[in-house]
Amino acid sequence: MAEPTKDAAREPILEVRNLVKHFPLTQGILFKKQVGAVKAVDGISFSLYEGETLGIVGESGCGKSTVAKLLMNLERATSGEVFYKGQDISKLSGRALKAVRRNIQMVFQDPYTSLNPRMTVGDIIGEPYEIHPEVAPKGDRRKKVQDLLDVVGLNPEYVNRYPHQFSGGQRQRIGIARGLALNPEIIICDEPVSALDVSVQAQVINLMEKLQDEFNLSYLFIAHDLSIVRHISDRVGVMYLGKMAEIGTDEQIYDHPTHPYTQALLSAVPVPDPEARAGRERIILSGDVPSPANPPSGCRFRTRCWKAQDKCAEEVPLLAVPERFATTGSLAAHDSACHFAEEKDVVGAA
Amino acid sequence: MTTISKTADVPRRGTDAKDSGPLLDVRDLHVEFHTRDGVVKAVNGVNYNVSAGETLAVLGESGSGKSVTAQAVMGILDMPPARIPQGEILFRGEDMLKMTPEERRRTRGAKIAMIFQDALSSLNPVLTVGYQLGEMFRVHQGMSKKDAKAKAIELMDRVKIPAAAARVSDYPHQFSGGMRQRIMIAMALALEPDLIIADEPTTALDVTVQAQVMDLLADLQREYNMGLILITHDLGVVADVADKIAVMYAGRIVEHAPVHELYSNPAHPYTRGLLDSIPRLDQKGQELYAIKGLPPNLLNIPTGCAFNPRCPKAQDICRTEVPPLHSVADGRGSACHFWEETING
Repeated sequence: MAEPTKDAAREPILEVRNLVKHFPLTQGILFKKQVGAVKAVDGISFSLYEGETLGIVGESGCGKSTVAKLLMNLERATSGEVFYKGQDISKLSGRALKAVRRNIQMVFQDPYTSLNPRMTVGDIIGEPYEIHPEVAPKGDRRKKVQDLLDVVGLNPEYVNRYPHQFSGGQRQRIGIARGLALNPEIIICDEPVSALDVSVQAQVINLMEKLQDEFNLSYLFIAHDLSIVRHISDRVGVMYLGKMAEIGTDEQIYDHPTHPYTQALLSAVPVPDPEARAGRERIILSGDVPSPANPPSGCRFRTRCWKAQDKCAEEVPLLAVPERFATTGSLAAHDSACHFAEEKDVVGAA
Repeated sequence: MTTISKTADVPRRGTDAKDSGPLLDVRDLHVEFHTRDGVVKAVNGVNYNVSAGETLAVLGESGSGKSVTAQAVMGILDMPPARIPQGEILFRGEDMLKMTPEERRRTRGAKIAMIFQDALSSLNPVLTVGYQLGEMFRVHQGMSKKDAKAKAIELMDRVKIPAAAARVSDYPHQFSGGMRQRIMIAMALALEPDLIIADEPTTALDVTVQAQVMDLLADLQREYNMGLILITHDLGVVADVADKIAVMYAGRIVEHAPVHELYSNPAHPYTRGLLDSIPRLDQKGQELYAIKGLPPNLLNIPTGCAFNPRCPKAQDICRTEVPPLHSVADGRGSACHFWEETING
């Protein structure tokens, strides 16, 4: 894939600024009183450029799926903005929102629950046209649906079948066809292959890459599998407890990580190579992810970090290029939210 | 970790197991399910063995029969609809399929224990974890409630649950996913079994927690010198912990080998395809190799080699003749007519 993202002069197609989502915690039945908030997403900024794939990784509960819902406006942001081609879409509603959603579509994680079992595949893929009839006149729809089935590698004659007649991988293809129906520019994929078997995962990933080239799509690819994210992404953002810990190109993040959390995460990934078993240094974090309702002060990772010092409890580290790397021009010079950012090769790049 | 004599890896057919033999020896096991749509042949002649201190990984996709084999070994299959038409499951030389239900029950937990994938649904939500851990001692060893509780605390300490004494009266929902899986491990360890079967023990966990749990399991295995059967679909986890691997496809073992040999030089096209189809963390890949097609429907397994419709090397013989498990090298086997070509690239 060409790398169109390096050009800094280009306008991002989607830009997220200081996005915050707090879910209120209430007490009492009649007189609900807010006693706190789950800080699912707590101030996140990133950009997505045309034709690129931005991967978002993180453990469960870090807020990555909430980000997806916020971008789709399925949840209302507490504060912050989402700009689509310069227009803030986070506060839109009604007709304006509907128009924007045509260009931002979503592919869901679980192909077993995200397809209505009582609708035929043709109805499922064609449903977006009911909502946006201007895209395809009524007479054309069946033909369009069959074309889409062909594009995602399914037999066009399957239009009258029901989801239960398909395997997991085929269902995910149906989900992708539905996402493509309206010719969107951006597709948000929330764990699109994590429910699939290994041998089928590769088929779906290859399909997604092929479609990206064919239709010049931009993907926001949310996943917990770091190997898959590296494979498909041009840039990668690492989230921890509602904040972005580190963001950069795939090479910067995987071969030159500077945030301790990224390093621990990468070192914990089991590598399918028994020869590497002895040679690899593994950083095993102690403890669990703290509750987002009551995150630690200062740096959120400090409770599990082996480098934590007093400063980490007092000051929230900003997501910026660490000073020590800023002028070096090395691949370590990318945004990292750590007071003591240090380069460390944990993957053992060949 | 104890070393295992090389001969233990060779499928042993017809020989009598002695005390020095493997802990568990599964021979030509078949399991089928009778359903409305017909007979589902889930396991079709599986052979494997594990010795004390050894880790066998059983690798396979969903529907390959890896969990059903384990359930047959544990004796927790619902029969009917399941049926075991033939095969032997020898534990220390004794065929468990010929045991009475009462004998079977006494083996379960005390000699062979199992760790399940989903800790939250495997633990009883209305009983405290201390009660559930103590149950092992009360039922199997007739301990008093008080002693059992003390034992439960000791076990929770063993699996490194912080503040065990304070948390013994907590309910499962009060623990995080990783902690719950530790409780499952504690429960499996309670009676110091000889063999542990772990069915996807870390699949539901995040990577950082997964590493903690796998480390703990490996440490405890070494300490107690247990045999471990690790059932998984994750080639990465297997590479990290296993001594030898059995790859399953459509209810058969298509390849078995020591872990290094299998990764460096697979002898079955399915194994090769699996290894090529996973993205790597340490390199930005080109297009992934994808095994074409879908895993077979077990109601209607293809004739000949079950993998033939998806295999790039398939010839006429593959469509008609079931390949036997060829002995490839010492302790290695491959159920492929063309294993020689496959192993040479």
